[in-house]
Amino acid sequence: MTTTALVSLSALRKIYNAGQPNEQEVLHGIDLTLQPGEFTALIGPSGSGKSTLLNILGLLESASDGVYRLNGDDVTLLDDDARTRARHATLGFIFQFHHLLPAFSALENVMLPAMMGGEGAQADTRQRAEGLLDAVGLRDAYHKKPAALSGGMQQRVAIARALIRAPRLVLADEPTGNLDTRSSDGIFELLRRFNREQGTAFMVVTHDPRLAARCDRIIELVDGRIATDRANVPVT
Amino acid sequence: MTGGFEFIVALRFLREGRMQTALIIGGAAVGVGVIYFITAILTGVQGDLIRRVTGSQPHVVVKPLDEIAVPLIAPTDSAPRAASVQARPQRLTTIDGWPALLQRAEASPGVLAVAPVASGGALAVKGDSTRSVIITGTDLHRYLRVVRLDDKVVQGALRLEAGDALIGIDLAKDLGALPGDRFRVQSSDGRGEVFQIRALLDMGSRDLNRRTVYIALRPAQSLLNISGRITSIDVGARDFMQAAEVAARLRALTGLQAESWTQTNAQVFTALGNQTIMTRLIRLFVAIVVVLGIASVLVVSVVQKRKEIGILRAVGATSGQMQRVFLLQGAVVGFAGALTGTAFGLLLVAVFSGILRSASGTPLFVLEFDFNLMFVVLAVATVLGVVASVLPARNAARLDPAQAIRA
Ligand SMILES: Nc1ncnc2c1ncn2[C@@H]1O[C@H](COP(=O)(O)OP(=O)(O)OP(=O)(O)O)[C@@H](O)[C@H]1O
Ligand SMILES: [Mg+2]
Repeated sequence: MTTTALVSLSALRKIYNAGQPNEQEVLHGIDLTLQPGEFTALIGPSGSGKSTLLNILGLLESASDGVYRLNGDDVTLLDDDARTRARHATLGFIFQFHHLLPAFSALENVMLPAMMGGEGAQADTRQRAEGLLDAVGLRDAYHKKPAALSGGMQQRVAIARALIRAPRLVLADEPTGNLDTRSSDGIFELLRRFNREQGTAFMVVTHDPRLAARCDRIIELVDGRIATDRANVPVT
Repeated sequence: MTGGFEFIVALRFLREGRMQTALIIGGAAVGVGVIYFITAILTGVQGDLIRRVTGSQPHVVVKPLDEIAVPLIAPTDSAPRAASVQARPQRLTTIDGWPALLQRAEASPGVLAVAPVASGGALAVKGDSTRSVIITGTDLHRYLRVVRLDDKVVQGALRLEAGDALIGIDLAKDLGALPGDRFRVQSSDGRGEVFQIRALLDMGSRDLNRRTVYIALRPAQSLLNISGRITSIDVGARDFMQAAEVAARLRALTGLQAESWTQTNAQVFTALGNQTIMTRLIRLFVAIVVVLGIASVLVVSVVQKRKEIGILRAVGATSGQMQRVFLLQGAVVGFAGALTGTAFGLLLVAVFSGILRSASGTPLFVLEFDFNLMFVVLAVATVLGVVASVLPARNAARLDPAQAIRA
């Protein structure tokens, strides 16, 4: 039984400042396959290239060499607009520093990705956004601006935003890096729940071994190479 | 409808940068207000000037061709001229067969009214005072439709029978005369006649007020010794701005000289043109300053909003959408600036119309709601706002989301 891999990278390299004195090869030939619905932890020391890999997977940066297939399509050489479209269609982002738009309410922040695709006027977009905010426990915070929310609450809004267009893969770069243990646990629990209930694949960068231990698969990056890649039986 | 997203984000960004937004809208408003104001002043000043010039003289004067003085011997280096060419002694040139010409001129397109005029230099004498004057003999009834003397009566009543005269107020002062008094008009060859002053006129300039004497046509003809003939046909055009065209037509029609007020007052006309150019330049520079102001604030705003632009890009906004978000901000600022600027400009005009007055004492300009002008200003300001945001919008579109999010 073969299903199309959600993501497949082969011999992927990333070189910053190519041809300049400060040239630096950050990723040295990454081979990696992610299956739909997989919940993967990406760990590794600081500077090992985790964020770079995540940004390339998220089509925010392009690889210097190698091939990236997303949903079976070669997206390595797409132009900016096509990458944006692919990103919008299949990917969701969660960042360490929440990154909500301060001028918009929690509900509006969640609706933004749908609005920019022209779905803003549809009533069910709003319903979906409200449903997601309910699911992350922010039923009472629809109309609050991010500044009025705690860090953990802001990250919950960001999770809801990442899920509004039902992406196949959510990329989370240290989503709990800025939160206390209790909030971290709660956030992680949420991600796992969406993974379980909606079959969304996750790739989560974390420095916290406790959280990595709760994933299905753990990939360790060292100096721009995959050092270990192993299946894991999540502890609960 | 993806335009909705850009518009919503543009408005939010503007609202978020409250102080900055207020400042650029304020800047644009001051610019627009000033443009309104100087336009109103220019229109007022020019209107006043044109009204004064065209109000006290005929729009077109049809005159006999000049007799040209020709030098008998061309001057050479070896034979220096003993004297420069002398103009011929002032002999009045006249129009023969004028009643027919008058009728044809009156029927010519663009002509409102015509009046026969016999005019020339003379002396006004009363007691010890003698003043040199220009007498204008005409048919009052016709002349009133060419030059509105009825506006200019300061004292007395308009009446121009054979023994009547209407004179400038300064001449009356010089002669020490009032309506009802008599004075004598004397021509250069010694002919003389006594007239009774019926009204004092204010012709709008001191010079004219010192020299103007209106009398009836026939006594003027006999004083000037041109019995039965006239020296010019004075013409009122339907539209004074068409005077040059009317003059050209009359020239072709009569074979005589026809001078429009724009030619007679060439300096005034040139000055009007220069004023218009100056005002255009000022407007252009004000517009440039406003555009630069909007552009600089938006450039800074793009830098400030780096992270937010990065997030929007990461969650799926295209670079084109980000570009439009900033173009729309420019448009909104331009439009809002024009709207407040219109109010500000009208306020300026309202306040200063009570303060600035023309030489004749009437307000220089009045508060007018020129809706066409307002629409033009709104449209132009909106376009300029977009122009101002081209550079910042390009910066926003080119921003690398990965960099913005990492930073
Ligand atoms: N735009 C860039 N230009 C040049 N070098 C870069 C750029 N982005 C990242 N790097 C370098 O690439 C290397 C990998 O960075 P990356 O952010 O991917 O590491 P990381 O594993 O996410 O680290 P951390 O755990 O600290 O977040 C670092 O040495 C970094 O300095
Ligand atoms: Mg990182």
